[in-house]
Amino acid sequence: MSAAIRITQVSKCFGSVRALDHVDLEVQRGEFFGLLGPNGAGKTTLISALAGLVRADAGSLNVMGHDVQLDYRAARRLLGVVPQELVFDPFFTVRESLKIQSGYFGIRDNDNWIDEILENLGLTSKANANMRMLSGGMKRRVLVAQALVHRPPVIVLDEPTAGVDVELRQTLWAFIRRLNEAGHTIVLTTHYLEEAENLCNRIAMLKAGRVVALDTTAQLLRRFSTHCLRMRTDGAMPVELARDAAQNGGWWSLPFDAFDQVEPMLARIRAAGCRIDDLEIGKPDLEEVFVRVMQGQHEGQAG
Amino acid sequence: MGHGFSTLFYKEVLRFWKVASQTVGAPVLTALLYLLIFSHVLAGHVQVHGVVYTAFLIPGLVMMSVLQNAFANSSSSLIQSKVTGNIVFVLLPPISYLEFYLAYVLASVVRGLVVGAGVLLATFWFAPLDFAEPWWIVVFALMGGAILGSLGVIAGIWADKFDQLAAFQNFLIMPLTFLSGVFYSVHSLPPFWQQVSHWNPVFYMIDGFRHGFFGVSDASPWLSLAVVGSCLAVLTVFTLNLLKRGYKLRA
Ligand SMILES: Nc1ncnc2c1ncn2[C@@H]1O[C@H](COP(=O)(O)OP(=O)(O)OP(=O)(O)O)[C@@H](O)[C@H]1O
Ligand SMILES: [Mg+2]
Repeated sequence: MSAAIRITQVSKCFGSVRALDHVDLEVQRGEFFGLLGPNGAGKTTLISALAGLVRADAGSLNVMGHDVQLDYRAARRLLGVVPQELVFDPFFTVRESLKIQSGYFGIRDNDNWIDEILENLGLTSKANANMRMLSGGMKRRVLVAQALVHRPPVIVLDEPTAGVDVELRQTLWAFIRRLNEAGHTIVLTTHYLEEAENLCNRIAMLKAGRVVALDTTAQLLRRFSTHCLRMRTDGAMPVELARDAAQNGGWWSLPFDAFDQVEPMLARIRAAGCRIDDLEIGKPDLEEVFVRVMQGQHEGQAG
Repeated sequence: MGHGFSTLFYKEVLRFWKVASQTVGAPVLTALLYLLIFSHVLAGHVQVHGVVYTAFLIPGLVMMSVLQNAFANSSSSLIQSKVTGNIVFVLLPPISYLEFYLAYVLASVVRGLVVGAGVLLATFWFAPLDFAEPWWIVVFALMGGAILGSLGVIAGIWADKFDQLAAFQNFLIMPLTFLSGVFYSVHSLPPFWQQVSHWNPVFYMIDGFRHGFFGVSDASPWLSLAVVGSCLAVLTVFTLNLLKRGYKLRA
């Protein structure tokens, strides 16, 4: 059985900007896959290439075995994309937009499914409102709905929760989870790493157009250490500890694997004269891993 | 042609119909004003092909409205979709470039015909009109609308901003339509300008269209048909090629 998404050696330049650099990626059917990376890493470009909005300079992209250029009709029918930009057609109501979108995919009588989507995204009461009248978050919901009208087996969401309130975030993820459980493959980009950590079973990290990490979420979280010591200090940190640490605001996160490493670390900090304001021990979170992956790559490039 | 095509066509028609006062009402009013002013100034002084001037003017205004509105429909729809970004809604589905082209052009033709019919209805009372050879009326309205609809697709795809589209309209479409014998017979022009007019394809669209009303015209309607048909063929091939390559639509 062909993979849900297969991306082979894809490169794309915009002028002198190398947005994608020999990207290889495979997403299996039924996965909940996270595509992470800082601003400008190439996430949207990769999704656009998959959707046929952008043409790759080299390499090939397949959706469930269908090449997105050569067999674009099949590939597009199997793919639902929620664009990052908050776009809408001001001429139509929510329901009209969804009916029209269904029509573009060749679907005539889609009212039952449209009602179900509206219900699941909390849009039922807005069904006959003009798109112009909706708030930003509501427009975002419609954008998600539009990507689902043709029941695509592969669903790609490009930052669907940007600028969205807690309630929608929860409704949205509950809905997407149900779709995933029903067999849909989900690919998600987000800058909320906690979201990705909770939802995704596998994650790829992109930086400057290259895949710099690709693993199951569980493996990725254990990548640098099994535990970490988090502390808020008066700002300073001994150099030998800072080297392996991730810093986030006033918080330092020091990785370790065995608990007998904790006491010597604390001793060194005390010896350096740093004041500890707060302290906790826990498992590394995705944000810490992300920061270190991005740093590591940086050092690698410099050296 | 599948349901994707018919939906896109329907959406394009719905789009202008929802704001019909601007997209249909306003151009009808403009044409009516032209008629009132020009016929008031020139009627009694001018006769063309033995037809009173007002009667001569009406088919020209109708056709000019068909052409300008066909162009306006596809070009403004595309540029708006590009600028607002909602063009992705038609780029993501499995709609072929041929379906895309036909949907936009046919919707443009519909808009042109609706406005043209509106102008005809509004101006009809001002002078006696014949419908001597009505099939020419139909043929030239359809083909002229399709040509300008295609040009609108090209302009809408090419322009990145509204002012670029306005330039296309002001420096190409307007001169071509105004210098085409809408307001006069080209035979009344000095020989040099007669020559120039014969290089303007819009002249043949209007001349052929007018032939349908009066059965007389500056050029033979068969010649006009050949010129207009060739233009449509060339533009169709050109536009389809742009769309196939994804020019400016698929980076
Ligand atoms: N149409 C375009 N023309 C020129 N450059 C582009 C275009 N699209 C993207 N780029 C460039 O390609 C690079 C990757 O952009 P992309 O939008 O894919 O990043 P991203 O990972 O989605 O970032 P973000 O998290 O901010 O959405 C950036 O340097 C961007 O400026
Ligand atoms: Mg992006």
